[in-house]
Order: sequence, then C-alpha cells, then structure tokens
Amino acid sequence: MRSSFVLAEVRNGLRRNLTMTFAVIVTVGVSLSLFGAALLVRAQVGQMKDYWYDRVQVSIFLCGPVSEAPSCAGGAVTDVQKQQILSDLESLKPLVETVYYESQQQALVRFKQQFKGSPLAANATVDQMPESYRVKLKDPTKFAVIASAFSGRPGIEDVQDQRQSLDRLFKALGGLQALGLAIAFAMLLVTVLLIANTMRVASFSRRRETSIMRLVGASNTAIRLPFVLEAATSAFGGGVFAALSLVAVKVFLIDHTLATTFQFTTFIGWGVVLWTIPIVIGTGVLLAVVAASITLRRYLRV
Amino acid sequence: MAAFGRAVAAGFPGFRRLTADSSFPRKSALVIRFENVTKVHKGQQRPALRDISVDIEKGEFVFLVGASGSGKSTFLRLTLREERPTSGLVYVAGKDLTKLAGWKVPVLRRQIGTVFQDFRLLPNRTVAGNVAFALEVIGKPASEIASVVPNVLELVGLEGKEERLPDQLSGGEQQRVAIARAFVNRPQILLADEPTGNLDPETSIGIMKLLDRINRIGTTVVMATHDAAIVDQMRKRVIELDSGRLIRDQSRGVYGGAI
Repeated sequence: MRSSFVLAEVRNGLRRNLTMTFAVIVTVGVSLSLFGAALLVRAQVGQMKDYWYDRVQVSIFLCGPVSEAPSCAGGAVTDVQKQQILSDLESLKPLVETVYYESQQQALVRFKQQFKGSPLAANATVDQMPESYRVKLKDPTKFAVIASAFSGRPGIEDVQDQRQSLDRLFKALGGLQALGLAIAFAMLLVTVLLIANTMRVASFSRRRETSIMRLVGASNTAIRLPFVLEAATSAFGGGVFAALSLVAVKVFLIDHTLATTFQFTTFIGWGVVLWTIPIVIGTGVLLAVVAASITLRRYLRV
Repeated sequence: MAAFGRAVAAGFPGFRRLTADSSFPRKSALVIRFENVTKVHKGQQRPALRDISVDIEKGEFVFLVGASGSGKSTFLRLTLREERPTSGLVYVAGKDLTKLAGWKVPVLRRQIGTVFQDFRLLPNRTVAGNVAFALEVIGKPASEIASVVPNVLELVGLEGKEERLPDQLSGGEQQRVAIARAFVNRPQILLADEPTGNLDPETSIGIMKLLDRINRIGTTVVMATHDAAIVDQMRKRVIELDSGRLIRDQSRGVYGGAI
C-alpha cells in the first residue's frame, strides 16, 4: 500500500465530509476536555489528600512564647516537659506507631515548601511556627486515647486530629469527582457513537470506491486504513482542542483564580497537565480507531 | 436455432457434462472447478445453485446463459469468493475457496478481473485514473502504473481519451474502461456479468471483439449473458443454468440450446 495514495484518500475523505469532520472534532474535543478536566480534578484531589493526610497524624503542638492556651500559662514548653511528653508517648506503643519531633525551624521549612509561591510562605517567620510532636497512630481512629492523655497538660498548647474534618471534605470531593468522571465517560460514549456513525456514513458514501477496491483485490487494510486514519485524524484534532482547553484551565482557572483565592492548599503543577495531555489525546485517538475499526468490520466486509 | 442447439447438445462430441470423478487438479490447466456445488441463500428455501459440477480450463471462453434467477450471478460470486457454497467445493486458480482464509481472498481476486453491466466506474476520476485506481489500491508503484495504464488503454481502443471523465464517454467506451480496469493487472480469469446488457447491438459486437482479443492473449473468460445473438455468433462453450441446475454444457454452443 503506497502511503501517498492512502494520504490522498484520507485528505479527500476529510474534505468531502467537512461538516462531519468538524462535528467529530468538536465533539471529541469537548468530551476529551471534560475527561481531561476530570483527570486534573483527580490529580488535584490526590494531591490534596497527600498534602492533608500527611497531617493526619495527631499533632501535639507545644507551647511557644506567645501561646495563649490556659495550659501554656507557664510560658514556653521546657525541656523537662518535652522529655516527659516524649517518654509518655513512647510508653503508649504499640498504639503509637512513630513519633517525631518537629522544631520551629523544620516547621518553617515545611510550611514554605507547601505554600511555595504563595504570599503566606514569604511572610512566615520561625517564631510563628510551633514546635510539635507528630504522632502517627497504628489505628488512626484511636485519636481519643491520645487526646485524653495529653490535652490540657502543661506545656501542650493543643492536640489536633485533622482526620475527621478531612474525611468529610474528601468524601464531598470524591462525590464531585465521580460525577465528573461519569459525565466524561458519558461524553466519551457519545463520541464513540458519533465516530461510529460518521464511519457508517463515510463508508456508505464511498461504497462505489470500496466495492471496486474489493473486486480488484485490495487488502482489508488498504480498504479500511483511509477510514481509520480519517477518524484518528479528526480525533487527534479534537485531542489538540482538549489539550488547549486544559492549558487554558491551568493558566486562567488554576494559576490566575484558584491559587490566588484559596491559599489553604497547593494546586496541581504543570507536570500534571503535561502528563494529562498525552493521555487525553491518546484516549481520543484510540477510541476513534477502535470505534472506526469495529464499525468498518461491519460495513466494509470483504 | 433452438432446435439446432438441442441437436448439438444431444450429439456426442460437443456435449461434456462432467462425471462425478473429483480428484483435483487432474489437469494443471484447470482454472475454475465447481464440484457438486449447492448454494442456498440465507432465508431462502430454493437453492440458487444445485449440485453444479463444472471444469473450466485455462484459456477457455465460456458463456454462462440462463434466465434471470437461474444462478448465473451466484456462479460468478462463488468464483470471486464473495459467497461460499452451502455444500460442494470450488477451486479457482488452484485454491480451494471453501478453505481459503479470509485474508487471502484479496490475493485471489487480483487474479480475477471483473466486469459488470453497469460499468461501475468512478465518476470523478478520468479514464486513466479509473484504470490506475485498480493498481493503486493494491500498492503498485507509480512508475509501474505510469507504464502499464497507457498500454492497456491502447489494447481496449481508448488511446487519446485518457483524460476524459466517464460521463463524457459513450456506454461502449465506458465498458472499455471497465474492461481495461479489470484487465490492467493481467488476471488469469476475466468474469463478465452481462457486459453488453446496457449496450446496443453494434456496440456490443465491439465489446465482444475486445473480450475475444483478451481471451486470445490467454485469459480465461467467463461471461454471463442474456444476449442470444452474441452467443450464437461467437460459437464458444456454453453452460446453461435453469433454476440453479446445470442443464447444458456444450462446446461451440448456441444460446437457445435447451429449454
């Protein structure tokens, strides 16, 4: 099969059916955009989970010089108090899996890393950061044990378990995510049907050519390849459309709006977007090729 | 004429019904062999072909005659492996078509040229483009196409009309283009399904002369036709079908050989 012949056929096919080509590109583009957006949301939620569940350990914040809690009435935590807290925590093994101490300096470094690019990070100073013990529980639901043992003790400002509030948040986000994916999949299904129908129309409008091709002994590949490549080309066009809209989402929605408005978390970076684009385009092209091949098996039988 | 045909059919030397003997290939020169072929189309009770056995040798010119619905087209479609027999065996160009894998069918069809009553040309391609199409789609290089197409157009008598579009040609000329397209890849076999069905008698004679010329080059020609005048004039082998049955197989036969 000569490639110049195949390419000429593809070009003719796309041009002859311009409105259909356009419809396929737009539909594929829109559904792939939704699909890509769903993938980005997934990555965003995943990142937020990583970010927040990191803190799902119980945090025992120690009194600093400016702490106002009643248990901090005696001023900043002393070394003796710290030793006592640590040994008490160690004695709670195996409920307590690991304990580590985070100094004010370490807290600042971590804070700056997590809020990189945000004005919060730039303005933070060491003395604003609390010292803390980070306690990872073997069974994270047993927070109450730690809370009752340590909250209100002198030298301890607060005992926090972020897990509960996070769980509720992520449940809601998970629901949204599932809804987004469902819509994206419904759109992809519509895309597949549209491509299948386009192929049916195209094979019908070119049945004279294909019947002659069969008669003179053109191979199945030679007969179907131009159609499949047409579908793949349209889908690729739609994929590029989707890629551009994902870039637009990153630039305008995430970087310009969300990241400046919501500073409590970090947002997905370009790496995620660059990963998503080939997935989105590849999915579009693959779906088109599969849909076209299956349809053509039915309508262009040798 | 009919009476004469019957006489020939009954007489010894011309009549050659096949015997049931079926080892293949007995003669290497055999290009088409039907062996007890029965074809029942889906959803139909009456077989389109019933227990047909025919041998066609290389270089023969065979008329396939019979009323509409007698099974001529089914015979051609089985030869092209567009259909498979319900029972029996079909050999074409040394291949058992009942066992031929689907992906090998295109290679088989490159050895068979096909011509139809309605020409089946591509209206947006020129004469040369229509002929070249048959080579392009089987992947022949452009240089070969450029040298072969003018030759075959000259053979069919269309030199000088290479750049015309089909609707600028007469029916006879269009059929010549179709024959050129069928023959450009030099197939062993040329199948023609009522090639003169849309043409006036004078034009038909021209087409028959062309098919005869192609036959003389060594191509086996099988032509289904209703055209009694042509069959009578050519005096080639005649295979007559009636309601799917082979009722006559006669060399140098005429159209109305049997009822």
